[in-house]
Order: sequence, then structure tokens, then C-alpha cells
Amino acid sequence: MCLGVPGQILERVDSDLARVDFTGVRRTVNVAFTPDAEPGDWVLVHVGFALARIDEDEARATLELLGEAIAAELDASQPEPSNSLQLAGEAP
Amino acid sequence: MRYVDEYRDAEAVRAIAAELRGLVEPGRRVKLMEVCGGHTHAIYRHGLEALLPGEVELVHGPGCPVCVIPMGRVDDGISIAERPEVTFASFGDMLRVPGGRRRSLLEAKARGADVRTVYSPLDALGIAQREPEREVVFFGVGFETTAPATALTLQRARELGVGNFSVFCNHVLIGPALRAILDSPDTEIDGFVGPGHVSTVIGTRPYDFVCSEYARPVVVAGFEPTDILRAVAMLLRQLRDGRAEVENAYGRVVRDEGNPRALAALDEVFAVRHDFEWRGLGAIPRSGLRIADAYADWDAERRFAVPGARIEDPKACRCGDVLRGLAKPVDCGVFGTACTPERPLGTCMVSSEGACAAYYAYGRHLARDKMPV
Amino acid sequence: MSGEVVTLADGAGGKASRRLVEGLFLEELRNPMLEPLGDAALVAANGTRLAFTTDSYVVRPLRFPGGDIGELAVNGTVNDLAVSGAVPVALSAGFVIEEGFPLDELRALAASMARAALGAGVSVAAGDTKVVERGAADGLYVTTAGIGLLDLRAVLGVGRVRPGDRVLVSGGIAEHGIAVMLARGNLELELDVESDTAPLNGLTAALCALGPELRWMRDPTRGGLATTLNELAAGAGATVVLDETAIPVRDDVRAACEILGIDPLYVANEGKLVAVVSPGSADTALATLRSHPLGAGAAVIGEIRADEDPLVLVDTPFGGSRIVDMLVGDPLPRIC
Repeated sequence: MCLGVPGQILERVDSDLARVDFTGVRRTVNVAFTPDAEPGDWVLVHVGFALARIDEDEARATLELLGEAIAAELDASQPEPSNSLQLAGEAP
Repeated sequence: MRYVDEYRDAEAVRAIAAELRGLVEPGRRVKLMEVCGGHTHAIYRHGLEALLPGEVELVHGPGCPVCVIPMGRVDDGISIAERPEVTFASFGDMLRVPGGRRRSLLEAKARGADVRTVYSPLDALGIAQREPEREVVFFGVGFETTAPATALTLQRARELGVGNFSVFCNHVLIGPALRAILDSPDTEIDGFVGPGHVSTVIGTRPYDFVCSEYARPVVVAGFEPTDILRAVAMLLRQLRDGRAEVENAYGRVVRDEGNPRALAALDEVFAVRHDFEWRGLGAIPRSGLRIADAYADWDAERRFAVPGARIEDPKACRCGDVLRGLAKPVDCGVFGTACTPERPLGTCMVSSEGACAAYYAYGRHLARDKMPV
Repeated sequence: MSGEVVTLADGAGGKASRRLVEGLFLEELRNPMLEPLGDAALVAANGTRLAFTTDSYVVRPLRFPGGDIGELAVNGTVNDLAVSGAVPVALSAGFVIEEGFPLDELRALAASMARAALGAGVSVAAGDTKVVERGAADGLYVTTAGIGLLDLRAVLGVGRVRPGDRVLVSGGIAEHGIAVMLARGNLELELDVESDTAPLNGLTAALCALGPELRWMRDPTRGGLATTLNELAAGAGATVVLDETAIPVRDDVRAACEILGIDPLYVANEGKLVAVVSPGSADTALATLRSHPLGAGAAVIGEIRADEDPLVLVDTPFGGSRIVDMLVGDPLPRIC
């Protein structure tokens, strides 16, 4: 019941309706709650209504956090490389 | 699918799961409640419980709006649907929910009632416009995520003067349910994963009371595996640091102020009922919506007389305890025996988002206990 | 049974259907040929082993993207024979027609059946027609029966499935169910999906070359892959473990399922097969499928595991797993 699916606005049909694309599936969606959404924008759709515009900056920020988590996990699982270099007299 | 797949990335999921291990105090048990049926479903569908440290237990709260409708109200809906002039339009998940005497809308349909599945309340209005000889009634179910759609549909119906359309309103509010859980004397919840899509409408401020009055943290989360695990991580960090704040981990769609237009529609079309019965939790004050007087002509409860009976859950049902985190599905004596997804006794088994139904359908092979009590 | 009357759930192919078939029909009609409840019965006559099957087609609407009830009826019957390891030879077709049904539409559906029969290499050898009053039969119902000659290379049976065997599917799932649902027009989604209805006898004949390394085949129609695999698990007394990332689903079909809240595993297919093969023959089986036009999207999706409590499990990409339970309700009624 909480089903919200992201879709991209293809075109505005009238003041309240837009055609939205969901990875090759298209549906007319009521955009009365997201009046500023324009063709090209992504929206979250629930029972035929767009409830929110997807904020690209926030989305990217979240992905960056995920990237950091992956990097931290990789670091945590690497063996320590620098000691052996120092022992061999290399610059740190 | 964009804005879905990236947040399901397996590497990221494993990385966050690894982080979680560093955030728990060994041996200190933590119970986190996720209130949204969509979260329950996502957790089981993606097998996420296996990724949590043994100390963390996820409790599945009353966030399944289909599940919490009392049997008496389902019966009321069926009585409307059974009228020969009525076309009863409903979301698919409501069709199999049994009322008293175990009868459901699906069975009413089998006996000749004109029951139709719709994806959106606007589709129900469309049927009313195309079939003027039918009395079309829409079964309005859902939290604040869905209520705005019903509101807008009613506004449309009034604008267009569609007289053969009405709504049987069973929309409920998440805030009062959270308060009821927190007020319960033996509740043991340490923090809440906040409902992501409800929050697109109501924003994050309605959860402030959880922190200020009950000193529990809330993290509003999305529905992909990384969203849910990140929220758990943020809750664990708050607990470790002794904080109790509302954090928004679903910033890509949730704004702190919510959606003002959706909230305005709710204000115009609905009024808050004095109280409303939640299956498994009893009557919760100011937790349900009814249609406002200005839209009385589109209120199915005023148009049709309904039995309005109050039907008790069977004695053996422990849904109330499960919903408050006091019992797990397997602790209930009728789980999997007298109470199954096909023949549910209580609310938690009634739809695939209910805690017992999700566990039974997806997770009953995970027999392991996380930690000795 | 779900109440004292038959409900739509009883026709969905899942748990309720099973109870109707086993609890009512099998109970009354029980005999050795019927007991196995396979897609086709094995009949021995005059030293020849035949496969014999029957099916009914009640799909609504009668026409949908990629096919119609006629084509479905021919291909569906051919497929029941094919996955039983038989070379389909002949079909019969019975038509229950509603009074008022347009004759040119009826002719077009018959022509479609003729084309499908030609494409599958079978003959429609016998038929029957009945007309019922306006209001009954919802336009047209088609019932078929089919006979085929057992391919002697094939040694098929759910009892031959062993732990370690691999599970393959011949291509992307859920297309038929979604196409029919779209054609009903009440969900207002647009996508370019067609029913995958197709005769599988070419594919199955190629797989039969594997001999005893090929254990079992089915076509996952109503109730989808999930229902078929649950039947496999129950019949084999073993658990089927699937790799979620390996199950082929087209992107737009997956998106449609997400929007509707339906799991593609439960959505009907009409041109796909599931095969269980020995571990050593999996690569050959996959190559065989992929070299055939109908098997281009084939994949190994899982394997059989010994288990006291036979289930279908999906391993998620995150190290967890979930059960794929037998279908309870019906996501999409009247799908085939």
C-alpha cells in the first residue's frame, strides 16, 4: 500500500495531468500535488498521483554516502600496505 | 529502474550491513520498530533481517492500513457492495480481507456483487462517469500517503457534479497510532524507522513528539535495501550517542514541510473522527478521517445504511502484542495453524504487509533466534 | 475450499486451485492414470505410449497484444504435450459460443488456430460446437484435448529430480499476464508488451536429446514460475533455490509489475518452459535453448537442494533469502 514508484515526466497533458514514463511503461498521472514538475523531472507516483518531485541533489548526496560506505568497507578489509614500503626505505 | 536500482546496489548493502556491526554494544538488545507496511514487505522481500547484527531486532508496527481495518468495517463495505445497484471499487489488497464470519469482498464478488479492482481512486470516478446508471462506491483505505488521492478525487467529483459516486472512508493517521504504541505500558521500542511515503505528505515535523515526549529517535526512511539499512545505522548511532531526534534519510523525496497542496486537500475534504477502531490496537482517539460536511453528498456512510457492528478479534489472537513489539509471530499460539494467510484470524496475517503474513510467506524458514532472552 | 462456493481464487493456479483439483476432482475421479496430475497423462495403447492432455481457455479479452484465444488454445495444448516429452500430433477443439457472437470474429479466431497449428506442426483433427444463450460463456470458451507420441529419448518425471540438479528457464517471464492485463484496459498503463504465446515443441525436442540428463519440464502458465516451481518442490520432495539476479525479466515488464505491486514470479507465461537438468548437462542445455529462436533469453536460474521441508527459496543479492510461497490470491484473474 505504500507503493511509490519513481517515474519521469514526458509531457504535461493539462494543468493537472502528465504522461509519465516508468522504464518503458507509460501512464497518465495526476500532478496536482506537484504543480512545478516539468517534462524531464522525476516524480514519485502513488495510486496515480505524483506526491513529490525527486530532488536530484539529495539523490546524488545519498548515492555519495553509499559510495563512502563501500569505500570504507573496502579500506577496512585491505591489509596494511604502507609498513612494508617504509621498511624497505621508500618514501611514505 | 532509475532511482530504484542504485539504492539496491548489493555492494552498498553489504557495506552498510558491515557498518552496523560496529554500532551495537555487544549483548545490548535493541528493538527498532518500522511502522510502514511497505518497510515490512521490503525487509522480507530482500531478506534484510539476515544482515542485521544479532542485537538488533526489527519489530513490525501497525503500518499496514489494509490490516488495521476492523472486521466490522469490512462487513460494512461488503453490505454496500452487495446492493444490486452498487459498483464497489477497491484496491486489490482489500479484496481478500475477511470480515466477520470470514467473508470477504472476493467472496461477495463470487456471489454476484459488482466488485472491481482499481489502481487509483480517479479510476473509480471514471467508472462512475462512464456508467451513470451505477452507484459507484470507492473503498478509501490507506494512511496519509493515499488519503490526498481520495481527497482530490472527491474534489473532482464535486467540481464535475458526478452524483453517482461516493467514498466509504477508512483512511487512518499514523501519528496517533505511534502515540498509542508509545503509551502502551509494556512497549519496549527503542527507536522508529519512519514511514517514507506518508512523510512525503505530512513531512517530518509530526514525529517531533516521539523525541520530545517519549525520548525515542525517529529516522524517516525510503524503501530500498540501502535506505532501510542506512536508517537502522542512523538510529543505532543516535542510541549510542544518547540522542533522540527526527532525521530525514529519504531527502530525495521527503521535505521537512511535506506537501502543502496535499495537506490542503486533506484539510478541505476530510475531518478527523473522534476516534477510530484499529484492529489489534483498539480505539485510538483522533486517528481516523471521515468525509467533511461540505462533501456529505459523496459520503457513502451517509448515503447507505451500514450494520456498523463491532466484531472482536478471536481470543487466541495476539496481534496487539505483535504490533507493540511484545511478541513475535512465532510466539502466537495460532500462528501458521489456525491463522494463515489464506484463513487469517487477526490483522497481522491479513495482507502481505502484515508482520505475520510477511513472516509466514517469506521468512518462516529463518527459524533461528537472534539472541537468548 | 474458500467457502461453500467456487471463487475466482480457485481458478488461479495456486493453493485454492490445488484444493479444488485434489480435494474435489481427484477424490471423485481417482484412478492410476489421473493420479500423477501431470500436464499430460501417459496412456499405453497397443504397445504405443501416448501423451494425452486437456485444457480450457477462458481468457478475457479474446484478443490481446501478441495473440488471441485461438492461438493460445493451440499453443497451450501443444506445450502441455511437449513438456511431457511428447511429439504433439493432433488436437481437438470444442467451442462454447455465446449467442450473438459475430461470425467474422469467429472465422478470424479459427483462422488464427489454423495458423498456430501449422506453426506447431499439428492438426486440429476433431471439434465440437455448442451455442449458449446471450449472457453465458462471455463470448467464447475453447476446450481442447491433445495427443502426442512420447519421445523415446526422454525419461521425464518429478521423481527423477536430484539434489544438485540445475533449473533453467527459456526466457523472460511475466509477459503474457501483463499483456492480457493491459488489453483489459482498466489499468491505464501503456507499454509495448505482447503475449509470449508460442509452441515449445521445437525447444523440448532439442532438449530431449539430453536423454536421462533431462529430468523434468513444465510450462509455467497461470500462477507463473512460482506456482510451477512450488509444484516441482512438492513433487520432488526437495527445495528449489533460485538466484534472484539470474531470473530474466524485461525492464518494462518489471516496471509494470512494480507499479501494480505484483511479483513477476506469479504472472502467467504462455511461451516459456522450465527445465530441470543434471549439473553436468546444464551448459549443454543452456546452449541448446539459446540456439533456438524461442530460447534466446534462456538462463540457469537455480538449483535443487535436499531439504526436509521442501520450499522454493530466492537468494537475494544481499546474502539473505526469502520464500516464494504458493500463490494464495489471484493477482490477475482470467489470464489464460
